[in-house]
Amino acid sequence: MTRPATAPFSRMLLAQTRSELRMRWRIPAFSVTNLALPIVFFVFFGLPVAHLRRADGVSVGAYLLASFGAYAVGNVMVYGFGIGVANERGMKIDRLMRASPLPPLVFMLAKVLTALVFALLALLLLIGFGVAVGGIQQPPSVWAAVVARLLAGSLPFIALGFSIGYVSGPNGAPAVANLIYLPLSFASGLFVPLGQLPDFVQALAPYLPSYHYAQLAWSALGAGSETLGTSLFWLAGYTALFLTIAVRAYRREERAKFG
Amino acid sequence: MSPVVELRAARKRFGEVEALKGVDLAIRAGELVAILGPNGAGKTTSISLMLGLRRPTSGQARLFGLEPADRRARSRCGVMLQESGTTAVLTVRELVALFRAYYPSPLPTAMAITLAGLDAKAGARAGTLSGGERQRLYFALAVCGDPEALFLDEPTVGMDVEARRAFLSSIRTLSAAGKTIVLTTHYLEEADQLAGRIVVIDRGVVLADATPREIKSRVASKRVSFSVGAPLTETTFTGLPVRNLELADRRVRLLSPEPETVLRALFERGVAIGDLEVTGADLEEAFLSLTARP
Repeated sequence: MTRPATAPFSRMLLAQTRSELRMRWRIPAFSVTNLALPIVFFVFFGLPVAHLRRADGVSVGAYLLASFGAYAVGNVMVYGFGIGVANERGMKIDRLMRASPLPPLVFMLAKVLTALVFALLALLLLIGFGVAVGGIQQPPSVWAAVVARLLAGSLPFIALGFSIGYVSGPNGAPAVANLIYLPLSFASGLFVPLGQLPDFVQALAPYLPSYHYAQLAWSALGAGSETLGTSLFWLAGYTALFLTIAVRAYRREERAKFG
Repeated sequence: MSPVVELRAARKRFGEVEALKGVDLAIRAGELVAILGPNGAGKTTSISLMLGLRRPTSGQARLFGLEPADRRARSRCGVMLQESGTTAVLTVRELVALFRAYYPSPLPTAMAITLAGLDAKAGARAGTLSGGERQRLYFALAVCGDPEALFLDEPTVGMDVEARRAFLSSIRTLSAAGKTIVLTTHYLEEADQLAGRIVVIDRGVVLADATPREIKSRVASKRVSFSVGAPLTETTFTGLPVRNLELADRRVRLLSPEPETVLRALFERGVAIGDLEVTGADLEEAFLSLTARP
């Protein structure tokens, strides 16, 4: 036989990613939450103080844009993967996909690419809003560094999303995602600078993944409080932890559903 | 040439329940096979093993001579599953275009949609389709890769009469084009009309594996009764396919897998027949007697 045995990887990945992008765009629970929510929060918490300067001379507006940027990317990952995966399990989409020739790796990779596109879009909208409406100024190279670091460092939140998606059911996932991600963001100083939070939260923050994640963005502005190595070390640790949970839950389900 | 699908002494246990108790089945290229059985008989479990969606507890499953989960095997199969969903927000055309991309040499999108009879709904989102339309969408997804083998698990559930007729005709077309087709159904009529081979399965055991005609004749026959002008003797029926012959006065009762043959022969032998009744014993009765619970 002359026809190839399997479809080319690139064609499958392209088609799958295009479909994932369409799906996400058409579900307002994803698209609106992912793209608009960080801007809404920034209007309340960031704009009123955007003109101030921190003690280290960094613009408060830029600092908060970086904070909300970290929140926005984590939001895309935790909700997108958490609720998305739980929903697909609930709708038994996994069963049809399992029987198709699509490799699970391509399925996952398309989801990650899609989430990265949405995260990028969320960051561009948020920063664009801050620059246009808040008059917040930074050299383009600094904004580029903030965006690049936040996208590259988002792995632990992808893993967290997957673990939520595989541990909880379609009805529980939104609640679980909210209960984990909102307090995490708050306690890491993403909404309100850490200095203004209660002492026990300040003591807790350096152990949280979103704290070290935001450090990636803050240090791009010169406002970080730890070395890049420390941030990456913590983020790698949390990635390993969340991935372990996700893989265990995935395997448990595999045995039950496809054993 | 190795069979397209093969189950060898396949057993599947779910906890305490043994869903399949040692099934042997080989399906060759080009066959159209109906797996027939009541709900909970093990039909879906059988298909799941064939497709590598489940692993046999013991025994073996092979698809195109490969491990069923092998992508090279999967790339030659289209499937329609029970209890599987798809995203609600993509349109029929978008979903078919997506599934095409999974296969090495797929059909054109429009052709797959036409085959499934969904032209009028090509632009509709999957979430807005009726139950029967959704089944046809899954059919389009199954055929769009132009696979050599189709696995259809209860494909006509939820279809109305018209849709079912169109669907069955599509299946015949594909079968005529040389596709191997395995479908499960609990509609006897469907199996009878479509398949060249019926595998009757119940409680995890294959009860019969034969042509519809053989199955009908094996387990039940037509009940024929008529009256005659003058009493007959058993010699009148010599060489005819009859069983349970009862000759009471001028009334004759018998069972036959081929009542037409019997009656034609009797006419030819000059027997005057009146008050003829031919009843029952269609595939449904055959099926019921095969799967009868004690």
